[in-house]
Order: sequence, then structure tokens, then C-alpha cells
Amino acid sequence: MENKRLELSDSQLKWETIFKWFLIAMSILLLLIVLGVLITLIMESMPSIKSLGISYLWGKVWDPVQNIYGAYPFLIGTLLTSFIALIISVPFSYAIAIYLGEYNPKGWLSDTLKNAVELIAAVPSIIYGFWGIFVLVPLVRTLEMKIGVMPLGAGVFTASLVLAVMIIPYGASLGITLIRMVPSPLKEGAYALGATRYEVIRSVIMPYTRTGLFAGVLLSLGRALGETMAVTMLIGNTSAIASTFKELVFGPGNTMASVIANEFAEADHTMYLSALIELGLVLFLVTVVINLIGKRIITRFTNN
Amino acid sequence: MESKLGMRNAKSMAFKGVVIFFAFLITVPLIIVLLYIIKQGITQVNWHFLTHVPLPTGETGGGIANALMGSFIMVMMASVVAVPVGMLAGIYLSENPRTKLAYYSGLCVDILQGVPSIVVGIVVYFWVVKPLGGFSAIAGSIALAIMMLPIIIRSTEQTLKLLPDSLKEAALSLGVPYHRVIIKVIVPCGFAGILSGITLSIARIIGETAPLLFTSLGNNFLTMKITGPMDSLPHIIFTYATSPYDDWHDLAWGASFILLMFVLVLNIVTKLLTRKWKIQL
Repeated sequence: MENKRLELSDSQLKWETIFKWFLIAMSILLLLIVLGVLITLIMESMPSIKSLGISYLWGKVWDPVQNIYGAYPFLIGTLLTSFIALIISVPFSYAIAIYLGEYNPKGWLSDTLKNAVELIAAVPSIIYGFWGIFVLVPLVRTLEMKIGVMPLGAGVFTASLVLAVMIIPYGASLGITLIRMVPSPLKEGAYALGATRYEVIRSVIMPYTRTGLFAGVLLSLGRALGETMAVTMLIGNTSAIASTFKELVFGPGNTMASVIANEFAEADHTMYLSALIELGLVLFLVTVVINLIGKRIITRFTNN
Repeated sequence: MESKLGMRNAKSMAFKGVVIFFAFLITVPLIIVLLYIIKQGITQVNWHFLTHVPLPTGETGGGIANALMGSFIMVMMASVVAVPVGMLAGIYLSENPRTKLAYYSGLCVDILQGVPSIVVGIVVYFWVVKPLGGFSAIAGSIALAIMMLPIIIRSTEQTLKLLPDSLKEAALSLGVPYHRVIIKVIVPCGFAGILSGITLSIARIIGETAPLLFTSLGNNFLTMKITGPMDSLPHIIFTYATSPYDDWHDLAWGASFILLMFVLVLNIVTKLLTRKWKIQL
């Protein structure tokens, strides 16, 4: 018996090989892009890595005019905005996940809510930022006057509020999928023992999905750390560190992403530019690690 | 015993109430933002607004034709690059899921998906803007293309994985060469799914500002020159929103409204495509 495949003409065989190589080439291109990003960031931040070393990360002063660079204000700003946003967003994303995953998985109401949540993620961050400048900033200003902080309006707190809304969908949509994956025999068993709905959620669904929901929080955190435009427009942009806690939360600040967005174009000497790129490198590494841990947890969860 | 049961039931109901409250509370900021943008923007939009370039401050009138044109050109160029690359890489991932290369490429897709857009902007600045000697629409589209890739790859991969193997086996057993099986059988069958990935990725990048700040910059004139700086919808919103002039703010509200409409339409198209796809299965 002759092999069927041999009946393909030479040109067809040639095309088949070319096509297969094309597929491989495109996958390799992906590797090259990611490696290229990493290498470019490291190469371009070399001057600053070499001269400032690791102490760059906790240098408290960022003064490009005096050629002093410390990333500490931006690390603090990034962590603070991200964590405030995370704390605000977690109850919402858990509630959405529980409601759409357990209480009301089907029907027009649940479809509408799900579309609304997806829409929150779809609205571009520049629009949130623009809206924030004209609506949220005056509101926060009145709040700040009441509690006795300098009423600037723009600041860490304002940025975190908008950020919280923006990251809710990432945790929520994952949570919905995970909660729907809880095997119904488990839930039915608990109901048969006389558990109420709340007890089933607390003692069956939550323990079952805990790691997965945590992965959702990680993915939201990854989003929050790298979010640029809305934060840049609302955070007030100062590289000084506030002295009191109240001022730290309500006063203006800067995140790693926002300082890059603001100062990259005006960085006029090598040292300044490479210090900014090093911030980009740190941001890249942190988000990559957080995202990969999150994805790894999800893969393990869905495979079990 | 009775009273304890009552307590537990009450607790259960209370919890349900809290969950429903928080779940629906989130629609409030969404509705407020959408209504505000629509209210501020819709009065700005007219034919003149869409077909004229911005005027210097002080003169009333002017529009966003340059930004519309720029966004259109850059999204087109980005799609021309990202769609074939993304589809081919997605096909590779779904066809060879167990190879080492597939593992590492899959990892790279995950990484790319999480990369902050500002970092993409920095990197493309060094890849394209510096060698070419200036800000250009090409650089902007490359940055956008990199942002599009992971979404297209994942949607292609997942759609193709849903197709039954028998489809491919039937075609192969008829002696059809591999590349024709993919192009004529597999891709057309998963077309709606792949297309939904493409529209979703366009919806995502059309509002991206951060990668354009250091790549395509902005331009107050209507231009088709892809080697020069070019304006885009999100960029015009950013520059005019942060300016101190009221008539520039109005321009930015109008531009936000247009951008929002684009994003909404693209999302609805994506929804319809995925719904159609589900029915086909």
C-alpha cells in the first residue's frame, strides 16, 4: 500500500512545510518580543543600575535637576494606590462573583449585570481620568475640607477610587467562572445536612474557591500596578513624600507608571532617562511575576 | 431550636441582601460616568466637529478630524500586523499544545497580557522612534500591535480547541494538504470566534493612550504621513483634558463621546459574534 501522503504533489508538500515553519516562526516571534522587551529595558537602564546600584530603590529623593534619583516615593505611591484600590474593590468583586456565580447565574438580570461589569473594563482609562478630573476631584475636595487636609482634590485617594472601579471586573469575572465550577454534589450534600444558603457559601463554596479567588485578586493587583493614564491624571504628580499618614493618603503623589508618563518625554540627559527606564523595568518585573503566579494558580485550579 | 433556625435563616437572608447590594452598587459609577460623558459630549458632536482640525485656543469651533484619521490609520496598521501574526501563533498553540515551544510561547502570551501599556511605549520608543529619528505613526501602530497580539492569540487558540478533531481528520483523510486543511476548513469553522477576538482587541487598543505618548505623540494637523507624528482619539483627549482652556475641554468631551461610542459598538459586535459562535457549536 502506498502512503496517501506521498500523493501530494511536490509543490503542495513544499507549501505544507513552509506553512508549518510559518506557524513556528510566529510563535518564536512572541518569545523574541518578550525577551526583547526585557533586554531593551535592562540595556537602557544600565547607566542608572551601574551608578546607583540597588540603593536606587530606597533613595528618598527624586530630583532630576540635582541629578539625584531615588525610586522610593514612586514605590510607595504605587503600592499605596494599588492596595487602597484593592481593598475597596475586593468586596465588590466578591459580591459580584457570588451573586452571578451562585444566587443568580441565569436570566436577563444576571446577563445585564454581567454586561455592565464587562463594560466597566471596556471603558478606556483616559475617559475615567477625564471624568475624574471634572467630577471626582471637586467631590474629594469638599471631603478634604471637611476632614481638614489641604483641599487639592487630586491625590492618592482620588486615584485609588477610580482605580478601584477599574479593576473590579478582573477579579469579578474570574470569580464568577470559579464559583460556577463548584461541583453541585458538594453543595447538595451541605443542603441535605440542613445548611442555609449562607452556610453553604461560607463553608463549601468559599473554601473550595479560595485559592482561585485569590488569583483573581492578584490579577487585579497586576492591573492596578501598571495602570497609567487615569492615575497620571488624578494623582497630583509630586515626587515629594508626605510626612503624615493623612497627607500620604489624601495628598498628591506619584506612581511608577505616572512618573514615566509625565517625565519620559522631558528627560534630557542619559542618567535621568535611564533612571526612568529602570522604574519601567521594576514595574515590568513585578507585574510579570504577579501575573504568572495568578495564572499558575488558575491553571492548577481549573485542571483539578 | 426553633429560634436558632430562625436566626440562621435571617443571617442567610441578610447575607444575600449584602451581596446583592454590593453587586448592583457597582453599576452606579458606571452609569454616572457613561451619562456624564454622553451629556457633555453629545452637544459637541456635529459634522463640523468631525471634519475639521482643532483651532488655536481663543477661536471657537474646530474639531477632531486629525485624531479620527490618526486613530483609524494606526489601528488599521496595527491590525494588519497583529491579525496574521496572532492568528498563526494561535493556530500553532492549538495544534501543538504539548511542545516546548508552545509552553514558552503560551507563557509569553500571559506575560504580554499583563505588561503595563506604558512599558510597551518605552520599549517601542527604543525599537522604532530612536532608530527612525522621530515620533511616527509607524511606532504608534507597532506599540498597539503588541498590545493586540495576546488577545488575538488566545481567542484563536481557544476557538480552535473547541472544534472537534473529526473535522480535521476527515479533511486530512481525503488527502488535503495540512495548510489547506487549516486555511479552508479549520479557520472558516472558527471564524466567528477568531473575529470576536479581533474586534475585542481593537476595542481595547483604540482607547490606549500610554503606549502612544512616546511613539506617535500628537499632531494638530490632518496628516496621512505615517513616518511623522500623528494624533489619535485618546491622545487628543489627554492633551485637551489637561489643558486649562474651556473650549479645549469641550473638544475633549466630544472626542471622549466618539471614543466611547466606538468602544461600545465594538463590544456589542464582539458579544453578537460570540453568541453566534455558541449557537453554531
